Amino acid sequence: MEILNLFREIANNPNDYVKTWKEENNGKVMGYFCSYTPEEILFAAGALPFRIFGTGGNISMADAHLQAYSCSLVRGALEDALSGKLNFLDGIIFPHTCDSIQRLSDIWRLNIGFGFHMDVVLPVKLNTDSAREYMVNVLKKFKQRFEKELCCEITNENLKASVEKYNRIRTCLKKIYEIKRENPDIISSSNIYAVVKASMVMDRNVLLEKLPRVLDLLEDKKSEVKYTGKRLILAGGICNFPDIYQIIEGSGGAIVWDDTCTGSRYFEGTIDPNGDIIESIAQRYFERHVCPAKHSGLFNRGEHIVRIVKENNAQGVVFLFLKFCDPHAFDYPYIKEMLDKEGIPSMLFEMEDLLSSEGQLKTRCEAFLETL
Amino acid sequence: MTNKETVEDPEKEKRKIKSVKKMKEIMTNYYIEAKTADQTGKKIAWITSGGPVEPLIVMDVIPVYPENHGAMIGASKMGVDLCEKSEEMGYSRDLCSYARTDIACSPINGGPIGGLPKPDMLICCNNICGTVLKWYEIQARYYDVPLFILDTPFCHTEFSIEAKEYVKKQINEYLKFLEMVCDKQFDYDRMKQVGQLSLKGQRLWQAVLDTTVHQPAPMSAFDAFFHLALIVTLRGTQIVVDYYSSLLDEMRERITSGISAVHNEKYRLLWDNIPIWYRTRWLSEKFASHDACLVADTYTSAWCSSLKYINEGNFLDTMADGYTKIYLNIGVDKMAEHVIEMIDKYNANGIVMHSNRSCKPYSFGQYDILKIVKEKRDIPALVIEADMVDERSFSESQIETRIDAFMEVLKARK
Repeated sequence: MEILNLFREIANNPNDYVKTWKEENNGKVMGYFCSYTPEEILFAAGALPFRIFGTGGNISMADAHLQAYSCSLVRGALEDALSGKLNFLDGIIFPHTCDSIQRLSDIWRLNIGFGFHMDVVLPVKLNTDSAREYMVNVLKKFKQRFEKELCCEITNENLKASVEKYNRIRTCLKKIYEIKRENPDIISSSNIYAVVKASMVMDRNVLLEKLPRVLDLLEDKKSEVKYTGKRLILAGGICNFPDIYQIIEGSGGAIVWDDTCTGSRYFEGTIDPNGDIIESIAQRYFERHVCPAKHSGLFNRGEHIVRIVKENNAQGVVFLFLKFCDPHAFDYPYIKEMLDKEGIPSMLFEMEDLLSSEGQLKTRCEAFLETL
Repeated sequence: MTNKETVEDPEKEKRKIKSVKKMKEIMTNYYIEAKTADQTGKKIAWITSGGPVEPLIVMDVIPVYPENHGAMIGASKMGVDLCEKSEEMGYSRDLCSYARTDIACSPINGGPIGGLPKPDMLICCNNICGTVLKWYEIQARYYDVPLFILDTPFCHTEFSIEAKEYVKKQINEYLKFLEMVCDKQFDYDRMKQVGQLSLKGQRLWQAVLDTTVHQPAPMSAFDAFFHLALIVTLRGTQIVVDYYSSLLDEMRERITSGISAVHNEKYRLLWDNIPIWYRTRWLSEKFASHDACLVADTYTSAWCSSLKYINEGNFLDTMADGYTKIYLNIGVDKMAEHVIEMIDKYNANGIVMHSNRSCKPYSFGQYDILKIVKEKRDIPALVIEADMVDERSFSESQIETRIDAFMEVLKARK
């Protein structure tokens, strides 16, 4: 279990990890939001892509910039930046997602003194040729600007090596999920979460060495014993509250798959390392299941969630949204309706911060699992 | 009620804008035409308020605006019921109340006009927010009609070349979409005329808004909120041009005759964000009681903000700029510049911001806009926390106290 402790440690203190990394490697750290950040380009330049989660709790400085009806991710991230917790960043990248992140980018640009600032205004539609062409152009320009900011050149070889490594990372993460799906007992969801979260912040070369060890550990523990608890799908945006997994598991359930930014949306899909790599990166975004802030058809997300329920023999879906997350809240009624039609039970939990939500979630979770 | 007021207060009667009656007639006729479209064979498109309506006019499609519908729901104080209905349908209370009330109206033909006419197509332009994308997806599923999305990349600091190419391509896709849904050719000659009428309408609307540069102002932002409906809904038609011409005449006459929106105007304020539709009269009277007039706002002028980018001789080609660089689709610092320009132009002594729970892209960043404005122009500011349609988010006593306190500051300065 030592290997899992490493991931837990990094996931619990990503800032400390990355500060040490920076000192030891004299490297550049690029903060980013959202699974639509072309991390592969950052990594190809030798920078460390560092996903920002927002530490949550005690918001004080961010209140001078954001109203109380913004989500905890947006407020928490700004609080961390304003209070100096993210001073180690050499730059920040905002891919265009929702209205809140869009304005956070403006506020960040105007108030945060450290690092350079880049917006990657990707298309919102991900199902037309002109959108694809635009995305490729945006990514190409992003690469050029990034090269300029870092005074480096990203060669095609660098890019190719980077996407190959990312493919391996993503494949490993997916395998971990697949093992969990077969044997929900052998690794807790909070451990899985720690692995995924750490994967978004740690040195990707080191990550590539460590991930197979997690796989080995799990392979050794595999068993034929059938899981007897309730099999669940988790759906939502980012989940930055590991305790939630314990609550769900404590209530007799296991998350056997998910549709979240801090889960399957991060690792689904590989990138073709041959041909025009920027185009291949765009291709992955076009093929991957979308975040609800993007459009790729009217029923895709609902169909996808129904499909993963069936594929994973799940008995129910837990929707876990950050309060004030508009894109998810707008999609919820139609997806729930699709699930209802299939006879798949679901529950919705909106979180503002963990402290006020924990007890309530526990009660609701227990009640929900009893009905399954 | 109206007659009684007339008898009781001739002073108030004098201040009433006479064009209002005509405006109401035009809007009534417009909605009757839209609601009887199935009898005339005309097609209906639902379109976002910032969406490119001109090609619809060219195609003889009647544009219908769910956001205008939302405003009507708010103004007729039907918002709370419909918001609650949407919550029963599973929509979170934190979502946009225009979207929530409109979505709730569809299955029950609810609201002040018994629901909007059923659309034949949906045109969604995300230059105002990401919310409209989700909202229109929902309505496209509900009505099972084609949806066209015009994706206008957000201009944090620039409208890039590649973004412009992308929007231009989409405008062509839009025309093809219309040809397909309407099953007829797009008439490019007619587009020229419609484009000219659109620009004429926008210029006239700007001229109407500019009459408030005069001190005292012949109209207030509250009047602009009402008269705005035409530039939104019928932009590109002769009706708009005629109506705003006569409204402009009336405003000029008011200036000549010394009729002002607020009796004894002493303080001139700038309003930011969408109106609080169910309390416009209350707010208007509240400010008037302090001799304050809201002389301008960032909201109603947004429908002329593309004027500087669109070339009259080449409307279609310059539409990409006009529709992408609008007020809400630009960075907070650019918005602040615009606010400062307005403060100077209208000689405002203070700024009132509606922090609107329903509209995150309009509201997030307001504090930073205020910070920039205060650095550049030393004027007091008031932030009102509310919602444009959902009255449950409006605390009258608290807001009244804050307005009084704000006005005290203003008075002390003068």
